[in-house]
Amino acid sequence: MTPSNPQLTAIKAALFLACLLPAGLLWQGFEADSLGANPIEAITRSLGEWTLRFLLITLAVTPLRKYTGWHWIVRLRRTLGLFAFAYGVAHLMSYVWLDQFFDWPAIAKDILKRPFITVGFAALVLMIPLAATSSNFAIRRLGGRKWQSLHRAIYPIAMLGCLHFWWLVKKDITEPLVYSVILAALLGVRMWWREQERRRQLAGAYLPQTPKFKGKVIKIFSE
Amino acid sequence: MLIRRTADILPSEITPPDVYRSRRNFLAQAGGLTAAAALPMASAHAATAFGPLAASPLSTTETPTSRRAVTTYNNFYELGTDKSDPAENIHRLKPSPWTLRIEGLVNKPRSLGIDELLKLVPPEERIYRMRCVEGWSMVIPWVGIPLGSLLKLVEPQGSAKYVEFVSHYDRATMTRGVLDWPYTEGLRLDEARHPLTILAVGLYGEVLPVQNGAPVRLVVPWKYGFKGAKSLVAIRFVERQPVTAWMKAGPSEYGFYANVNPDVDHPRWSQATERRIGEFTKRKTLMLNGYSDQVGSLYAGMDLRRFY
Repeated sequence: MTPSNPQLTAIKAALFLACLLPAGLLWQGFEADSLGANPIEAITRSLGEWTLRFLLITLAVTPLRKYTGWHWIVRLRRTLGLFAFAYGVAHLMSYVWLDQFFDWPAIAKDILKRPFITVGFAALVLMIPLAATSSNFAIRRLGGRKWQSLHRAIYPIAMLGCLHFWWLVKKDITEPLVYSVILAALLGVRMWWREQERRRQLAGAYLPQTPKFKGKVIKIFSE
Repeated sequence: MLIRRTADILPSEITPPDVYRSRRNFLAQAGGLTAAAALPMASAHAATAFGPLAASPLSTTETPTSRRAVTTYNNFYELGTDKSDPAENIHRLKPSPWTLRIEGLVNKPRSLGIDELLKLVPPEERIYRMRCVEGWSMVIPWVGIPLGSLLKLVEPQGSAKYVEFVSHYDRATMTRGVLDWPYTEGLRLDEARHPLTILAVGLYGEVLPVQNGAPVRLVVPWKYGFKGAKSLVAIRFVERQPVTAWMKAGPSEYGFYANVNPDVDHPRWSQATERRIGEFTKRKTLMLNGYSDQVGSLYAGMDLRRFY
């Protein structure tokens, strides 16, 4: 099932609106004063969690594509990745503005002294070049291979994001653990593919001119 | 299922906070206008679920945090680790009937119910600042009894140097894991005896809600909120410094003293500022939560960086 171009445009538009929904609900909750006794904490926390969720959803695109054969979903990945960045920026803004109220010395001290803020900040800074090279023009200019290796930075970014959450909680690590397990699965499946690929290449390396042979290929090395 | 506790007072008999506050304001103003002789005690008492409560010079004059915030934003891990959890899980703790044991190195150990407790020591209103180790704070109008008055009655022995507090824990209905249950806390004997230290049995003039630690909890206003063990079942006099639940959970992060101190950061975050719930910008955290004048002498000569 591959959607036609107009269908894909509609899907992209729907996805865009869906991605805005968490922010909209948060705004509505703020207006209705239903975010609890500490709305600033609730906003900062929610924006941070959505950043992490969007990172994981973005990372889930490729495995989903491989296992379902829905190759077209890769065309939704840019939107998801950019929303991860947007929520990350909003998360930082809520910390800088709502939480610290532009107390720059305190913010600088936090970033340098608090490991959980250091890693969160590092993750966001690492997202900047990825967001900046998300256009088709940038992909063409960098070349697919370079672009791809740059965008593999999402792996350490997501790891730093999980660590940021893990180090923040006081004692109950259930939630950061859930995110970390999902991330481990998403990265684990990639390592598995890579290992498969390595084995395939290794097996092929001893048969350098495979296409030339006709008939049955006899393996002379066993693994 | 919601298990309702049988109230010893009809809800209709309880004066709503806004009503008694306005009454109190009226009385205070009246007391100011009239000669002290004409209204000898009026300004010091207010009608509540506990009857007239004596006001205390130890109370702050700051505006109390809204009742809604005080009763919906709680750290009470036995009833869930999100701050909104305890108010939603009040059915997991039945505060009546209740027995509080006072035991250990005392001449007159005893077990007593809440009514008995309140007959022994009359409750007062204490409006205290509360600073959580997480960086937020509230102003809470507690109803409580000075712990020191109770301690005197049980006659601590000379060897008693510390007091250990043990919270109720029921594995069948409460959170498993996270901390080493039951929740325990501790104070030095002189800290426990200090006039600021209370056992709270109510807030906003009403019976203590379950999520705030019903039916009786410790309140030590110059220490981080987690020192205030909730739903107490035992107060134990001991010779050696007890190891508290948070000390076991993170010895590098939580010490025995846990005094509010803007100069000693939590290893993972700054303690220099706090957000008063309901306010937009942060305020500076005060040494010993602003109670230095009263309790500073307890720590004279101590290195509070070492004894955090």
